[in-house]
Amino acid sequence: MYGRMSRKRDYYGGGEILMSLIENQKTNIDNDIKIITGNHAAAHAFRQARVGVVSAYPITPQSPVVEKIAEFIANGKLNARFVKVESEHSALAVCCAASATGSRVGTATSAHGLELMYEMLPWAAGNRLPIIINLATRSLGAPWSVWTDHSDFITIRDVGWIQYMCENNQEIYDTNLQAFKIAENSRVFLPSIVAYDGYILSHTMMPVKLENQEEVDEFLPPINHHINLSNISTIKGIDPVTTPNIIKRIEGTAPGYYEFRYALQRSLENSIDIIKEVHDEFTKKFGRSYGNGIYKIIQTEDADTIIYAMGSVASQARVAIKKLRAEGLKIGIVSLKLFRPYPYEDLRDFFKDKENIIVFDRDIGYGYEGVLSYELKAALYSLKKKPNIKGFIVGLGGRDVKTEHIISGVHKALNQFKQGIFTNKTDFLGLSLDELNDYDESNYFDSR
Amino acid sequence: MDLPEEEFIYPGTRACAGCGMALIYRIALKALGAKTLVTVPASCLTVLHGMQGFCSTKVSVYHTPFATTGASASGIVASLEDKGLENEITVLAFAGDGGTTDIGIQALSGAVERGTNFIYACYDNEAYMNTGVQRSGSTPYGVKTTTTPEGKLSHKKDMPKILEAHGIPYIATGIASYPLDLFEKFKKARTIHGSKYFHILSPCPPGWGYDPKDTISIGRLAVQTGFWILYEIENGIFKLSKPSSRYLDPLKRKPIEEYLKAQKRFSEMTQQQIKVYKVYIDNMWKDIKRRIECQN
Repeated sequence: MYGRMSRKRDYYGGGEILMSLIENQKTNIDNDIKIITGNHAAAHAFRQARVGVVSAYPITPQSPVVEKIAEFIANGKLNARFVKVESEHSALAVCCAASATGSRVGTATSAHGLELMYEMLPWAAGNRLPIIINLATRSLGAPWSVWTDHSDFITIRDVGWIQYMCENNQEIYDTNLQAFKIAENSRVFLPSIVAYDGYILSHTMMPVKLENQEEVDEFLPPINHHINLSNISTIKGIDPVTTPNIIKRIEGTAPGYYEFRYALQRSLENSIDIIKEVHDEFTKKFGRSYGNGIYKIIQTEDADTIIYAMGSVASQARVAIKKLRAEGLKIGIVSLKLFRPYPYEDLRDFFKDKENIIVFDRDIGYGYEGVLSYELKAALYSLKKKPNIKGFIVGLGGRDVKTEHIISGVHKALNQFKQGIFTNKTDFLGLSLDELNDYDESNYFDSR
Repeated sequence: MDLPEEEFIYPGTRACAGCGMALIYRIALKALGAKTLVTVPASCLTVLHGMQGFCSTKVSVYHTPFATTGASASGIVASLEDKGLENEITVLAFAGDGGTTDIGIQALSGAVERGTNFIYACYDNEAYMNTGVQRSGSTPYGVKTTTTPEGKLSHKKDMPKILEAHGIPYIATGIASYPLDLFEKFKKARTIHGSKYFHILSPCPPGWGYDPKDTISIGRLAVQTGFWILYEIENGIFKLSKPSSRYLDPLKRKPIEEYLKAQKRFSEMTQQQIKVYKVYIDNMWKDIKRRIECQN
């Protein structure tokens, strides 16, 4: 199953592709490869998915997604309705209502925009509306910061959405096309969020292969929705009030809230198989794969030590392991692509023979530790032979995650494992407290 | 002229006895017909629509969170346009006064500013009735609610005026006590393209404190005392509706005390407060008179 995860097939926007692109441009053979930002990759995916309704509100660093979509519509390249709303709360409300009326819909946002949408997120999931949000990740204020971390992404983990994290612009484009197909699958019908690091991907240009429209149409046929309020002769409405118990009346019975939410959870759990299927289908058709569609592995075949991370942090780790391998460490990376539903079985299966796991979180579950870290610890609890796990916090508010941070983290973790030190206490890499020499630390931080 | 016989609400809904809103909804759907798609926020209408699986209407209904009525209508209209059905189906947003004048005002303002082709009807029972009678921005002066036990200190928001500032093509007020007036206004709104706004007073027996059998007569008193004025504003032209037109003459208006004393919610008003009401009503009518004179 993991055969296709060799470096060659695992699409990563690196030097080889850039070289081939330059060659292509010289001979002008493949004009479908474009050098575009992550935001524009998302916009192109929406265009080629032929979304019917888009609704969005500006926020940095997402705005270029919807600016591009507005341009596509103005130029006649996309036949869609763009509802330019007065807030993100309304943006997702528009998306929910348009989806319930039977259209393929999507939006894009970041940070505070996503938090303002929050009320509508469980609404979309509960109504089983296959809406796609593109999230250019950004830290949450206060204090203000427009730079990336995964704080916004992790706050919505309990609302019933499928959540993907991407590592390059091609992956953003490809994941969007897959996300629509998965979300609209009759065994799924769930909203999904496709995330990528703000600025690091959202504003960085990379080569992206845009597929032929006919091929995309073949892969992603028009939506066949479970609800369409415009079928006014047959549809009588959705989501009236439910009760704690099943309603039994002479006219018939109806599920209670509990049954609806059970169905939502089961669909999320079962969607993992469909996510893999659609990923396989995509790979067969377009020749690009992202691990098994759930996570990507890099040099893990002989590795006893694994770096576990997501998005920009996993990308940086790809550089770090070259140096760590040169030191003689047998180390590889698992880059998590599917954050929700949480792929605990796949992770358990992968990690069952591994000795050491070092987790780098660009987020914190405040008051506990990094979310990737504590969720992995919980998922592996049932293993007979439990790997050593240590988590680090990195790169909040766009602080650079440097190769040396990852290397020093790996060294520190392996040392602690040797000494038998295991703790949930957070460990921040790349902090510069000593440079705050103008400040009296006790005024700003608790005394240690 | 009579209302059409066809009903779009099944009998035996979960609304309270004597509910003014249920009558408004019934009249509105009779005017708009079967090809109507309704969007509804959390409100007494959610209760009327009933429990999962047993929706009490014969038209398509979408339920949306409290603050999003205007936005949800925009989404429905956009999807209908996407499918070329915008001229086939009328979109009706139907929300209470809390959902309109307070938590939903932003989404409503956005929707009408964009010129969304829909009808927005606010049924105004002048407090948060569904949650147990808390004051809203539309609760009148002096009213006792569970959050204004001493009586509300400010007047209600003039929502139609706020909507008029958006430059929309049609605004109307109404009340179920004058069903044909309301029916005709909905029929007219259906033929107008763009955003249409209705503000409809909705007497509420438990919230206002009167016998459910008196809903119609209380509503008539609201009009006869000049407290509630029926009018329409079509493309900026103000027109007093027939039931209200005679009350332009202050001598024809019944004393406001008749309206206030019929309801428990005004029961502890002082003479001083009643005087405030008289001035408030006089000023409303003076504005209208001035406006009509200006138009002529």
